[in-house]
Amino acid sequence: MPFKKWRCVICDWVYDEELGAPNDGIPPGTRWADVPADWSCPDCGASKADFEMVETD
Amino acid sequence: MHTASLAPAWRDNKRYLWPLGGIIMLLVPIAGVLYQATGWGGWWWLGPMVVYGLIPLADLLVGSDTNNPPEARVPSLEKERYYRWAVYLAVACEYVSVIWGAWMAANGGLPWYHIVGLAMTIAMVTGVSINTGHELGHKTDKLEQWLAKIALAPTAYGHFFVEHNRGHHVRVATPEDPASSRFGESFWAFLPRTMVGSLKSAWEIEARRLRRNGKPVWSLQNNNLNAWAMTVVLFGGLAAWLGGQVLPFLLLQAFVGASLLEVVNYLEHYGLMRERRADGSYERCQPRHSWNSNQIVTNVFLYQLQRHSDHHANPTRSYQSLRHFDEAPQLPTGYAGMILLAYLPPLWFKIMNPRVVAHYEGDMSRANIKPEIRDAVIARYAPQRRGGAVA
Repeated sequence: MPFKKWRCVICDWVYDEELGAPNDGIPPGTRWADVPADWSCPDCGASKADFEMVETD
Repeated sequence: MHTASLAPAWRDNKRYLWPLGGIIMLLVPIAGVLYQATGWGGWWWLGPMVVYGLIPLADLLVGSDTNNPPEARVPSLEKERYYRWAVYLAVACEYVSVIWGAWMAANGGLPWYHIVGLAMTIAMVTGVSINTGHELGHKTDKLEQWLAKIALAPTAYGHFFVEHNRGHHVRVATPEDPASSRFGESFWAFLPRTMVGSLKSAWEIEARRLRRNGKPVWSLQNNNLNAWAMTVVLFGGLAAWLGGQVLPFLLLQAFVGASLLEVVNYLEHYGLMRERRADGSYERCQPRHSWNSNQIVTNVFLYQLQRHSDHHANPTRSYQSLRHFDEAPQLPTGYAGMILLAYLPPLWFKIMNPRVVAHYEGDMSRANIKPEIRDAVIARYAPQRRGGAVA
């Protein structure tokens, strides 16, 4: 299954499953579904629910 | 015996005060009624009297409140429509003030010095309304985003909707943020920097989004352009109805109203800075990166904007759910009183600079400092570092 990207609808920061979010203790390759529900956008603090999947690119 | 009754239910002790944020938006017709009743022209300055006099004084008299909603109560609290209606009411009342005030300026037969007072009173209403637009603009609900732009239109600050969420919240408490003030930077130096910088930032952020989505930058899909278009419609409509002489009046109140928002921006993050990680990115925004206050009166009129640390940590959280944090740096009084200090830079520096130095325990290399004086400031406070100066 190819890696997907999810973009914060508040500030446009992109979570790339391939890269993860190592600063928040989320290792590279972590699927979006496995990102903890209480994790929030590292740039603006928006909640995980405020992300939507990036269709292209 | 109900187990639920064993623990006292949390009550929002400001619950019935929130509509006051809407009522105060009627300051312009209230000033008119007082003028009518007494004949005293000073009432046209009611807006500045309330914002710069009554509210700071009331903050000192009424005091503060550190009451937080329990986390378990937050989801249901967020869903209560009552709190949203209190904010919608404020937008409606803002427009009553702007439209009635513009009509009064054109047709009231007032001398120029009363018209200036009237413009200042409208400016206080439209300036505080940027905060209303702020509360609405953080929501992902389309209606609220639309109302946010309506609330911003009288100050021509529609770009705040874009810049605040996608610019300020990302770069807050860093030297890159035009809306975070620096240690040693006076409000009067900050004002042009933030106004110009925020406008440029808003334009770039939105242009990037549109290009990414393959849409034209010059279209009404541009959130800056469609928000500014509301200002054009509002001001143009009022000019067509009341005559072109209302335009300078509207522009004056817009500028003063916007500068009221900017003075609040000035005091929210003064001197505070997020640390840079080894990879060049900044640490997450923490409670220690915003100045807070629990003064009740200002918190009611600004929808708990003063619980600023929680707002930056949880930007989509509604005002009624925002919490006080013990570890967040506290201002000596409410935002309303701090505004007065910000207008007087020597007094501001005298009161706030020692607080920033104490916050960083003398290690000013961790503060956000005006670049020209950065090295001198670090050297000057080095002896105050905990454990003495580092050789």
